[in-house]
Parts: sequence; C-alpha cells; structure tokens
Amino acid sequence: MNTRAESPEGLVQATAALQGGRGFRGWAWLVALGRFARRKPLGALGGVIVVALLVMAAFAEQIAPYGYDQTIRGARMKPPSAAHWLGTDNLSRDMWSRVVYGARVSITVGFLTIALAVVFATAIGVSSAYFGGAWDLLVQRLVDAWLSFPYLIIILSVMAVLGPGLGNVVISLAVLIAATNSRVIRGATLGAMQHTYVEAARAMGCGHTRIIVRHLLPNITATVIILATIGLGAVILAESALSFLGFGVPPPHPSWGGMLSGSGRTYMFRAPWMAVWPGVAISLAVFGFNMLGDALRDVLDPRLRGS
Amino acid sequence: MLRRYVAKRLLIAIPSLLIASLIVFTLPRLIPGDAVQLMLAEKAYAKDIEELRVKLGLDRPIYVQYFEWAGRAVRGDLGESLWTRRPVMEEIGQRLPVTLLLAVLALTFALAIAIPVGVISAARHDTLADFVARSTAILGLSVPGFWLATLLIVLPAIWWGWRPVGDFVEFSRDPWAHLRQMLLPAAILGIAASAALMRLTRGMLLEVLRQDYVRTAWAKGLAESAVVLKHGLRNGIIPVVTLLGTQLPQIIGGTVVIETVFGLPGMSRFLFDAINQRDYPVIQGVNLLVVSTVVMVNLMVDALYAVLDPRIRY
Repeated sequence: MNTRAESPEGLVQATAALQGGRGFRGWAWLVALGRFARRKPLGALGGVIVVALLVMAAFAEQIAPYGYDQTIRGARMKPPSAAHWLGTDNLSRDMWSRVVYGARVSITVGFLTIALAVVFATAIGVSSAYFGGAWDLLVQRLVDAWLSFPYLIIILSVMAVLGPGLGNVVISLAVLIAATNSRVIRGATLGAMQHTYVEAARAMGCGHTRIIVRHLLPNITATVIILATIGLGAVILAESALSFLGFGVPPPHPSWGGMLSGSGRTYMFRAPWMAVWPGVAISLAVFGFNMLGDALRDVLDPRLRGS
Repeated sequence: MLRRYVAKRLLIAIPSLLIASLIVFTLPRLIPGDAVQLMLAEKAYAKDIEELRVKLGLDRPIYVQYFEWAGRAVRGDLGESLWTRRPVMEEIGQRLPVTLLLAVLALTFALAIAIPVGVISAARHDTLADFVARSTAILGLSVPGFWLATLLIVLPAIWWGWRPVGDFVEFSRDPWAHLRQMLLPAAILGIAASAALMRLTRGMLLEVLRQDYVRTAWAKGLAESAVVLKHGLRNGIIPVVTLLGTQLPQIIGGTVVIETVFGLPGMSRFLFDAINQRDYPVIQGVNLLVVSTVVMVNLMVDALYAVLDPRIRY
C-alpha cells in the first residue's frame, strides 16, 4: 500500500506490489515506505494518524485507563488533568477512554461500510462498463437518480424507516457511497477494456468471468484502493453527523458524533472539553484518511488528480 | 443549438427524476406493518389502523397509489402533514426561504473563498502559500460542520460572554438582522464546499497554465493578471462549474445539521422533525422537492457549459 511511483520503475513496482506482492521482498518494503514518506510528508503524516487510529481501535482495552461506560466516583465534569487527560463527562466517565473506544466504533463502521460499498460499486461499475448497452443505460439512470439525493437527507429518511443501529448505518452509507464510486469504477473499467490484451483474451476464447477477474479487476485495483481510502474519511464524517443527529450508533456505545450531541451539547458551556475532544478526534481521523488518500492517488494513479 | 441541447438533457433528466420519485414514493412503503401500529400508538395520527392506512394511501394497489401520488405532486399537491394536519406544500413554502437563503449564502461564501485562494495557490504553486492553502483545504474537508458550529457557539460565549444564537428574526420584521443571523451558519456550511472547489480550481488552473497559448501570452509580455485570469482562469473554470452542481446536494444535506444546531426554522429542520415524528407525507414532499431542484440545477449547469466554453457545440 505504501509505495511511491513517480518514476516508471516505481509505478511498475507499485503495480506489482498491488497484484500480489511480487517485486517487493523483505526490507524493500521499508525502503519504499521511507521513499513514500520523503516524497509525500503529508501523506505519511496521514498514514501515521491512520495507524494510530487502528492501534487505538484494536487495543482499546489496553490503552484506555477506564471502561467506556465506567463511572468514576467523585469525578463529575472535571477539567483535563493528569489523572483524566481529557477531563470527565457529566456521568463521571473518563473522556480519554471514551475517545479511545470511540475509535473502535468509527473504524468498525468505516471499514465495514467501505468493504460493502467496494463490493457493490465494483459489481455495478464493472458490469455496467463490460456489458454496456441497455444494462448500462438502466444502471446509470438509477445511479443518476440516487446521486441527486443529498446524502444526509436520503440517509436520514432511510434510517427513519430502518431505525437506528450500527448495521443500518453501515448498509445505508454503503449503498450511497457505492453509487458515487461505481461511476469512477465504470470509467476505470472502460479505460482498461481499451487494452489489446483484453481483445486478445477474448480472441483466445476466454469467458466473461475470466476476462473480468483476470484482466479487468487487477487493472482497476489502484482506483479501488484510492476510492476506499478517501471514502473511509467520508464515512467517518457521515457516521459522526448521523450519530450527532441521533440516527447513528445508539448509546452507551461511545461514538464520537454521539458524544457531541445530547449531553455534550447540554453541558457544553459548563464543561467545554466534553464538546471539544470528540470533534478533534473526528477531524484528525478524517484528516488522516484524506491526506493518505490524496498521497496514494498522486502516487498510484496520477490520472485521478483533481477529481 | 443550445436550445436543442437543453431539450435533449431534459429528456435524459426526466427518467432520472421518475426513478428518484419512485425511490421517494417507495420509502414509506418499506415500513414494516407494525411501524404503522407504532405510529398509531405513539402519535395518535388516526383512530384506527385502517384510517391511517387510508391516510398514507397504503390501502390500494401500489401502482394506483404511485400514479395518484405523482399526479397530485405534479399539480403541487403533496398531501397533508400527519402532525400539523396542514398541506405539506404550505408548510414547506413557509420554511423554504430560510433554507434557500442559507444555501445561496453558503455557495457565495464558498466561491468567494475558493476561486481567489485556488488562483493564488496555482499561480504560486509549490510555495509556502500554496502549501498552507492546500493543507487548510484538506482540514476544511475533515472538520465536521456541526462541531465547528458548536465550538463557535461555545468558545466565544465562555471567553467573551458573546452568544451568536438568539431568537430567530423573521425577514418581515427586520431584514438586516434576518440576513445577519444567517451569515455565521452559511459560512460554516460553505467551508467544505469551498475546500473542494478550491482544490479543483487549483488543479484545473495548473493544467491550463501549462498550455502553449499561456506561454504565448507570457511571451507577448502580458501582465500576470491578464495571463492567469483571462487566459488561464476562464479556461480552467468549467469543471469548477460542474462541481458547483454536485456541491449543491451536499450543501442542502448540510443544512439539516446547521439548521438544527443554530435553531433556524428552515425546510431541513422541518424534515428532520418530520423524520423524528414519522410524518411520511412531509418526508416524501421535502425529498421530492429537493431532488427535483438538484436535477434542475444540474441541467442549468450543463447549459452554462456552452455559455462559458464556446468550443463546446452540441
């Protein structure tokens, strides 16, 4: 993932790495990583933030000094101190611990949504480009219609029908993101189909499945990875907005957006740290994914610049 | 020529609009049966389940329901709110100006920031100014609007005892105060859009500035402003106009959060309340209106293309 390819060899290496790790052995990964960090310092910073986030999500029990729902006697709405780095909330819970556990919610929603969205988007985009004709026309009009809905409005409406909950947030966000991404994937697939090796494969009598899986999919991997990285930031932002409005992940799960609504707003004038830190966490997380995604785009697929 | 193109685009927009209306229409039909009972028990929308079904139009064949609903919607009749028992159109009409003003102000704000910063960033690319502008833009895309709004309400209040949120002032009562109370929410709403627009302006301008005719313009000895603004910006601005069209749904979506945080009685807050109250005719009505607006604006954006770029001939 962390490779750079501003030179043609770099591009070959990066593509090879994406297609199953060939071309990168042992310490070569470290060299590539170092090169990436030198050429794209902001992207590397984004990468560091993302890794920190992943560690926080995976080892929340070890990192957080308290449980996310654990009340601490005599520590109601205490400002940040050595004992409670980010202060405590109105229910005497440690904010730092809640922010750490919040990473788990954001990362879970983010990765599940993106995984689902990538599957949908690739299926829609690739089939639309590959089969074309009436199918393409029909699918693209559906995507058009879907894209003309403001995301927050359609998701709120869907959540009103489905009811709040982690699973429903994931499904509705995934469908929405899939629509946007399928356009880009369709474009990338159309580009990949121009290559003569696709024609050669067809001439050799390869079936649709083989052409799609062996020849088209590997060529759009870079596009998909970039879309996924940038999409992760967008999903975390959207989930926080939904939770803020009370349609996201229900309490007591410590969602960053949820922490900013309800009590975070009720007590914000008396305990501003309750409203500050979850927002800092959201911004940092989204910033990290955006920076990393931007750098990956420059490195892996210069054609997507400015899109 | 342009007229024919617009007519063609209109023909393509119609199926999109029809599909969108189908999605809007299907939403309440996805409610599981017991949700209707829940609405009955919680909100006392009707005397019994049959009456509520009739009100929601769930008692007839689905295609009859759709054509009837769509037919009435075309004539401007979106049914009546279950909650206030007044026509949805009337309720929206009262609140639409607030949301519209907010969205227009936000777009104006976004453009006023994005274009100059994008131009400077491209003209002085890879300098400190460019670096700062780009990093700030990514930051602008990363900060949730509702959090920024919360901070701007909380921190000045704590530090200087100043509160931006007071009682809502109607336009008819004091136009100037009405406009003033919208400025801060609109600015916050415009930040994400301005970051996206700035990045695209910069990218497009950088591409154009590498063209031969720009080198010719430099060689002719034209001033930098003439080269960058007349030869560069005019040719680089077209994709920015498209993005403006796609930013509109984002901004309208953002109004849901901003109107809630700032307590503005706009259409989006109305929708949010309707969602909380499961007021389906209102949800359908607002969604339909929003989608139609977005489709129409995108159509206008396409037409604007031809005006901005005489090379485009349809």
